Amino acid sequence: MSTHHPFRLLGVALEARASGALWHEESRLLVVSDLHLGRSERLARRGGALLPPYETRETLARLDGEIEATRPARVICLGDSFDDLAAVGSLDEAERLWLARLMAGRDWVWIEGNHDAGPVEIGGSHRAEVGLGPLVLRHIPQAGAVGELAGHFHPKVVLAGRSHRAFLIDGARAILPAFGAYTGGMRPDDPALAGLMAPGGLAVLTGARAIPVPLAPLRR
Amino acid sequence: MPALPPRLTDWFAVQGWTLHPHQMEMLSRTDEAATLLIAPTGGGKTLAGFLPSLAELGETPAAGLHTLYVSPLKALTADIRRNLGRPVEGAGLKIRIEDRTGDTSTHTRRRQRADPPHILLTTPESLALMLSYEDAPRLFGGLRRAVVDELHALAESKRGDQLMLGISRLKALAPGLRVVGLSATVEDPPALARYLAPAGCGVLVADPGPDPDITMLDTDEAPPWAGGGGRYAIPAILEEIRRHRTTLIFHNTRAQAELFFRDLWLANEDNLPVAIHHGSLAREQRQKVEAAMAEGALRAVVCTGTLDLGIDWGDVDLVIQVGAPKNVKRLVQRIGRANHRYNAPSKALILPANRWEVVECQAALAAVRERDLDGEPRGRGPRDVLCQHILARACAGPFLAEELYLEVLGAGPYSDLTRAEFDACLDFAATGGYALRAYDRWQRLKQTGGHWHLRDPRAASVIRQNLGTIVGTETLSVRLRGRGLPLGEVEEDFAATLTPGDTFLIGGEVVRFDGLRELTVEVSRAPGRAPKVAVFNGTKFSTSTLLTHRIMGMLQQERWPELPAHTARWLALQRELSRLPSPDRLLCESFPHDGYEHLCIYGFAGRNGQQTLGLLITKQMEAMGLAPLGFVATDYATLIWGLEPVVDAAPLFDATTLREGLEHWLAGNAVMKRTFRNSAIIAGLIERNNQGRRKTGRQASFSSDILYDTLRRHDPGHLMLQITREEALRGLVDFGRVEDMLARTGGRIDLLRLSRLTPLAAPLFLEPGKVPVEGAGRERLVAATAERLMAEAGLG
Repeated sequence: MSTHHPFRLLGVALEARASGALWHEESRLLVVSDLHLGRSERLARRGGALLPPYETRETLARLDGEIEATRPARVICLGDSFDDLAAVGSLDEAERLWLARLMAGRDWVWIEGNHDAGPVEIGGSHRAEVGLGPLVLRHIPQAGAVGELAGHFHPKVVLAGRSHRAFLIDGARAILPAFGAYTGGMRPDDPALAGLMAPGGLAVLTGARAIPVPLAPLRR
Repeated sequence: MPALPPRLTDWFAVQGWTLHPHQMEMLSRTDEAATLLIAPTGGGKTLAGFLPSLAELGETPAAGLHTLYVSPLKALTADIRRNLGRPVEGAGLKIRIEDRTGDTSTHTRRRQRADPPHILLTTPESLALMLSYEDAPRLFGGLRRAVVDELHALAESKRGDQLMLGISRLKALAPGLRVVGLSATVEDPPALARYLAPAGCGVLVADPGPDPDITMLDTDEAPPWAGGGGRYAIPAILEEIRRHRTTLIFHNTRAQAELFFRDLWLANEDNLPVAIHHGSLAREQRQKVEAAMAEGALRAVVCTGTLDLGIDWGDVDLVIQVGAPKNVKRLVQRIGRANHRYNAPSKALILPANRWEVVECQAALAAVRERDLDGEPRGRGPRDVLCQHILARACAGPFLAEELYLEVLGAGPYSDLTRAEFDACLDFAATGGYALRAYDRWQRLKQTGGHWHLRDPRAASVIRQNLGTIVGTETLSVRLRGRGLPLGEVEEDFAATLTPGDTFLIGGEVVRFDGLRELTVEVSRAPGRAPKVAVFNGTKFSTSTLLTHRIMGMLQQERWPELPAHTARWLALQRELSRLPSPDRLLCESFPHDGYEHLCIYGFAGRNGQQTLGLLITKQMEAMGLAPLGFVATDYATLIWGLEPVVDAAPLFDATTLREGLEHWLAGNAVMKRTFRNSAIIAGLIERNNQGRRKTGRQASFSSDILYDTLRRHDPGHLMLQITREEALRGLVDFGRVEDMLARTGGRIDLLRLSRLTPLAAPLFLEPGKVPVEGAGRERLVAATAERLMAEAGLG
């Protein structure tokens, strides 16, 4: 039991961290998925509920902690980093400065997601996919793909009566949990996920520690 | 005193009806601005409430809405329409009476708004909705009278608070409106009168009638050690059904009613016509039962609280209450369902579901005989309901803050609301009320030229969809596959546990789960299979202070001649193996069982108080390294399990530490989060349903728990957190009763270390509603479970 779970995908050594971030030691790369920054603002703009508008700083604080802990050379945000493109503009000054400070001195990539398709104007490069050796990083996993790091589904697993955000890992891909504060989740037995992951896969629970469990008994 | 239409008095005479004294008295109080009538069930309360309206309307009334009648139940409005329709139609009066509830078709609702009846029968939720439309001033401008039925029941929940705000709004729309409240027997009539009309309200108390004929049902078989449902007594109950015309069998929860009905049906060899009725059944099913009941075609109906309130059905001559009634008032009201005739004694049997309830039932019977009614004083009107009222008011059109504030003060529960409190609610409705004014641009309400209005008029439909103060768990409808016949509803959490092939009980029949199609659970009939039990999150009442004190008194007796032998023996065994709790000491038992260590605390602080005690004590235990895993609370005790034994209880019960603990603890626990969720839905922070966006249980939306944590960290003074705290302290937390318990026992704590579980602790192991404790113990368990699964999969 520890702060991370090491695993290999097509021979590439990776770590699923307890925070929900993925670490590639060799290239000092930190990957986070589904930040959904500006989510409450977007709901308010669309005339929905006025949720507590603090989730952006909540998410940035956790990201700051991970960057502090790992000192990455490169950060890849694996899509749906912003709840929509207008949410980028709605960040307040303090949040922009905070994000700029996190981005300073390192390579920063925004991978496009279904929520944030266009390029963003706050620095960093914007890509549809990024390669990492034999692996490819993209937002939505593709059926049949091999060697894939993806997000999009916000996997969640219930174990011993408690719900945990979780990585889902098999021989072909790893799906990262959502890193953003206000995000729901999808259970691994949901048809959308069940079809993607091989029966022999693992779920790595996040939270205080990274805890691996086999995927099979979590499905019914 | 206005006279009744001669055709009506003639019709009464032909029927042989004479008005009761309190009905006559209501007629003479026609011009009183507000009147509260308190009369026993069967006393013709409802007719008394309508007599002034019938007198004013006369034989050929002018068009327009004259009287609005509000009841807590849809079924009750339909029933009243029937019962009031009889004399009105019989006498040939041209008075139109219609009901308008959630079941009314959109077409009819639209027609009613354009061309309202003289008397409209509705519910608090439907009234709130009608008041939220722009045409409310036109619809209600000429209203003369409002009648609130079953006021005692409404006043126990936020539905009553919402209704009082609505009545206050009606008074503003229709100056000179007169209000009548109808209530069953209550312990403090003047307090209920102030609730209805703080500016002054006449009180009329009718003759309470003869003492009820109520006894405990004697059975050959002893009740089980634990559990509920009373199925052990089915042969005896069938015998009673045979001996009476129509029997109502009340249960405290829907799940119990379902199980009981199934077993009753299996044992029903004579094929007596019996039926089941509860709130989770499909409307069509319920209406069928209601119609059969009205025709006198049924010998018995198994039911829950949905039949608690004054529905006047056929010839009920026996009421059986299954399970302890938890409070004396409720028992008295249920007994009234039998023999629905004024001045005839009601006949009722009370059936304890387990040994503990034998004691509780006996205590309740003694209280009924002594006409000793329980009741807790009401708190101030909850502000989440006010937030919703403000949003709904904005849907109806622009308003001035000053005017709305004065209107709100006219509602009993809010009569002492300060302007600052009101402004905070208005600010919340407008901008979310956050310290960081993030949503000034996107606020829901804007002020233009002094008037507040919706920023985006389209928001009105979302606000209207979320009106109401009943926050249940989400439910899914259950239908027969292929034929699409609706059977009822199950809770989403329960539906999520089903896999195709599983069987469960609904509407008294066993069905097989075939699959989930959108928001519908598809099933097929599967008679004869052993079913799972659908978990209905029924209301959990706390046993009243009055009853728990009576029970503790009984436990002090040397012998229990009034109790059946089996229960007396059980108490004696507890006294022999451990000890019986006494009012001036706090008894705790510590014992190992089933691999875990247990601590049982007999605090008698009521279910919610015992739950709070559980939360506070487990927190102390966590700090002391005792690794608690969870607890469960009943009205009389809390059972805590964990990994380490408790050997010294005194440090756990230090009053100062508990009080300080309460403050810290209020911060982040499951009960607070549940309370927050409910208040957040009522106040409009979280949408309860947004068409098309609702997901099934497997893909939850963002969690209200995270909202709560975020708000607490970044905006601890936020209105929603204040509301949550107030709410929890008086409702789910009920710390007052914990303090009473600490004062009563004054640090005299007896911790008995025992080798095994005790007679009194045994029932707690079967209690539902276990609360997990998130701490070191749980971490240890998660880790162990994960390791075991890894090892089993050969991955360890």
